[in-house]
Amino acid sequence: MNIIGTPRRRVDARAKVTGQTRFADDLALPRMLHCKLVRSTVPHGRIARIDVSKALAHPGVYLVLTGRDFPIPYGILPVSQDEHALATDRVRFVGDPVAAVIARDELTAFEALDLVEIDYAPLDPIASPEDGLAQDAPTIHQYGDRGNVHKVVSLGFGDIEKAFRNADHVFEDTFFYQGSTHLPIEQHAALAARDPDGKLVLWSATQTPHYVHRALAKTLEMPAAHIRVVAAPNGGGFGGKSDPFNHEIVVAKAAWLLDRPVKICLTREEVFYCHRGRHPVLMHFKTGVKRDGTITGVHLKTLLDGGAYGSYGVASTFYTGALQTVTYHIPAYHFQGCRVFTNKPPCGPKRGHGTPQSRFGQEIQLDKIAEALALDPADLRLRIVEQPDTLTANYLHVGTIGLAECLRRVTRASNWKQAHRRLPRGRGVGLACSSYLSGAGLPIYWNDMPHSGVQLKLDRSGGVTAFCGATEIGQGSDDVLVGCVAEILGIHPLDVRAVTGDTDLTPVDLGSYSSRVTLMMGNAAIQAAERARDQLADAVAARLGVPRDRLVFAERRVFDAADPANGVAFADAVCLAEARFGTVGTTGSYTPPRSAAKFKGGGVGPSPTYSYSAAVVEVDVDPETGWIQVPRVWIAHDIGRALNPPLARGQIEGSVYMALGEALMEEQTFRRLPRRLSNAVVHKFPSMLEYKSPTTLDMPEVITELVEHPDSRGPFGAKEVGQGPLLPVMPALANAVYDAVGVRIDEVPITPDKILRALEAKATGRPPRYGPSGFPEIEWPETLQVPPPWEGGDGRAINGPARSTAQP
Amino acid sequence: MTQHVQVALVVNGEPTEVAFDGYKTLLEVLREDLSLGGTKHGCELGECGACAVLLDDAPVLSCLVLGVDCDGRRVTTIEGLASDGRLHPLQEAFADLGAAQCGYCTPGFIVTAKALLDEHPCPTREQIKEALSGNLCRCTGYQQIFEAVEAAVVATGRDEPRGTSHKS
Repeated sequence: MNIIGTPRRRVDARAKVTGQTRFADDLALPRMLHCKLVRSTVPHGRIARIDVSKALAHPGVYLVLTGRDFPIPYGILPVSQDEHALATDRVRFVGDPVAAVIARDELTAFEALDLVEIDYAPLDPIASPEDGLAQDAPTIHQYGDRGNVHKVVSLGFGDIEKAFRNADHVFEDTFFYQGSTHLPIEQHAALAARDPDGKLVLWSATQTPHYVHRALAKTLEMPAAHIRVVAAPNGGGFGGKSDPFNHEIVVAKAAWLLDRPVKICLTREEVFYCHRGRHPVLMHFKTGVKRDGTITGVHLKTLLDGGAYGSYGVASTFYTGALQTVTYHIPAYHFQGCRVFTNKPPCGPKRGHGTPQSRFGQEIQLDKIAEALALDPADLRLRIVEQPDTLTANYLHVGTIGLAECLRRVTRASNWKQAHRRLPRGRGVGLACSSYLSGAGLPIYWNDMPHSGVQLKLDRSGGVTAFCGATEIGQGSDDVLVGCVAEILGIHPLDVRAVTGDTDLTPVDLGSYSSRVTLMMGNAAIQAAERARDQLADAVAARLGVPRDRLVFAERRVFDAADPANGVAFADAVCLAEARFGTVGTTGSYTPPRSAAKFKGGGVGPSPTYSYSAAVVEVDVDPETGWIQVPRVWIAHDIGRALNPPLARGQIEGSVYMALGEALMEEQTFRRLPRRLSNAVVHKFPSMLEYKSPTTLDMPEVITELVEHPDSRGPFGAKEVGQGPLLPVMPALANAVYDAVGVRIDEVPITPDKILRALEAKATGRPPRYGPSGFPEIEWPETLQVPPPWEGGDGRAINGPARSTAQP
Repeated sequence: MTQHVQVALVVNGEPTEVAFDGYKTLLEVLREDLSLGGTKHGCELGECGACAVLLDDAPVLSCLVLGVDCDGRRVTTIEGLASDGRLHPLQEAFADLGAAQCGYCTPGFIVTAKALLDEHPCPTREQIKEALSGNLCRCTGYQQIFEAVEAAVVATGRDEPRGTSHKS
């Protein structure tokens, strides 16, 4: 091993530091036209009239498209095909695309936007999930579980009432997690053209070219084989470029109709409308514990503000309840989740997808439990950490679990025992843990095919090209691909060229979401490289007359381990193999192990393996002003194995950064204009200046500990690192605020005004807390009862339907 | 109708004449009329710092500067930092130390850091933070960026570009 695990300049670093990375907006083609979208100015309404004639007559305008041109709906999930590239008859949020203008340049297209005449017949907007629950009409969509409820689920694993009866204490708490958005520095951009054969090509800033490919074939009614989708390197994704988007379909159709390249780059304001970010979630935790802190059962209820479309929402709903059991042993578990449509930009997957919200609640509640039981919060968690090689109550398979080690490392590094409950007023430390998937165990479209494929082409020069559908979004996926191949073949990373994210050239990889790429693509790459190595070894063994298993691949050579001087250059090995077997090329693929969860809804949560994190956050809180500063964050992450340590550390520090943004300042919030003005639900601040995110001056020192116990299911033992380390930071910060000034802030963002209000409450004898007061009554469906493994369950529900093949 | 203007400026050391629509910002002129795509746009409102370039050696947000105001001035973009086939020490350090993840904000950070180092060859961590506070990065959490700037200082002191593994 001289590549894997060694700090190394990432393969695409030179392009990035010289400005040569070609992002989608850096692409231009001769005769290219530009597209701009007309977006709805009302949050909810029917399109009473739309007249594009003036826009079409504007000099320089080539085409104006409306919803009539896009009759076929699409959506990322098979069960939520509820979007149209342009609104057909209804608009559902301020910013919903209604028409598209294609013109000779951006300025002309902008000018013509105002010439598209649209009359809306407004409908009452649904501003919140509580509104949506109370109001069955008007409905935002004509599908879903009922009224404006998109999805409502109830899953029971074991006898929860008995668990509470057996508890010494039962704790009930309500939390609220505000929505936030990804805010990638790169605005979404896409360019479409017909290639010289007449077929369609789309270049786009997308994390999921495979799903965009599917959406284009469906909506444009074209053979997928005649559509090529190329994912440009993303200038930041974080989940925000994981859906097929309106603008991608629009420019594809326009390029097809006009037979000219058509490009679009969204404005920053439009990126806020694309959203698909963190769902605002209200949640209620009821947890039974024994005196020693062991958990007897958890009942979690979540209410998600979905926004106007389905997006990943069904999965997001299940994710709010999926991973609680993966960190701590929970013998009985009841989860109820409800996602409601509202007239706001759609929510979807943001880093941590559905899990940070309930992680926030669970970890704060554990802090409260520790205090009530007079236990140290770290000791409490060490008692309840889930065991390795366990099937949880909800049938998730925990393989390796380094959480206890993470806890030990992070408490030691932060001097936790000397700090917690011992610092002067105004200064505090808080602790929290988490876990995350290393890739979703099931694909979005259920099938038996691999989730990731890699093809290798070995050249006579000794150069190797690695083809994979994975998408480089900054996380370093190209570097993982190249690193794995170079390691196995014993060549230099510079000898390997990565060709990725291109539906014409590369085998399918499902995309950069659910922290799946390192594990799945990495395993596929290793398999492909090992097959290539086998071919080369056969040819070299024959030439050198040494047994095949004595050959070593290293230093760009293939040689006899017993006599290192006896060998050939790697390039010569390729030539020998080509002479013997013909053109040298191999494939590798990866399919996750089958999940033990057989109940409906069990498709969300399974993963080949889970990563674990523990964090300690230190805060300074000014009791006079409520101002919060974060001097330091300690974080330990069970990564299995760091393939390229500086990149792994960068993912952790970046996660901490994004977490602090959510914990302290970021909010995707809306206000309802007074009825006399329009009653509209509008984005409070769709600009980077007003949407506050941490700058260099806000970022604390981050002390990172990598816990490396290789996991046999990961490539070279690696687990995920891109999302998990975000999760413990928000609750650790909330717990630190409590340690500092003795008030509970049971929601994010944790802002000075909330701290002051909680301090006021404390001073006047009310509960020293700021947060939601209650959880609304929801009509839950019959609970699907799934006996846990230790009660003889087989992963199936004993009532209701089994897991269907169409339901994620 | 828009009005064409012509300006003469020095871009990355090269005297350049360019004609463009008068409404265009320096960012648009660089990207669209001079094919210098390394300078990125992230907001067009001076909020993110992705479009930072040096104008007469001072960092500016090119989305807030009109191209027509650049007549007779010197512009340095990310494409102008490497010289004699060697990357600038900042570029080497950013590449080696993981300071560029998605890379979209990177050109803005590097040129802003260059202006800092040109003025303060040995800045403190606080000075680095202050100088880069107008540049937003959503990937890194900034720490590896600070470390890269400090490493570039050290490398410049040694008067040799740093680089650990392969250079290309």
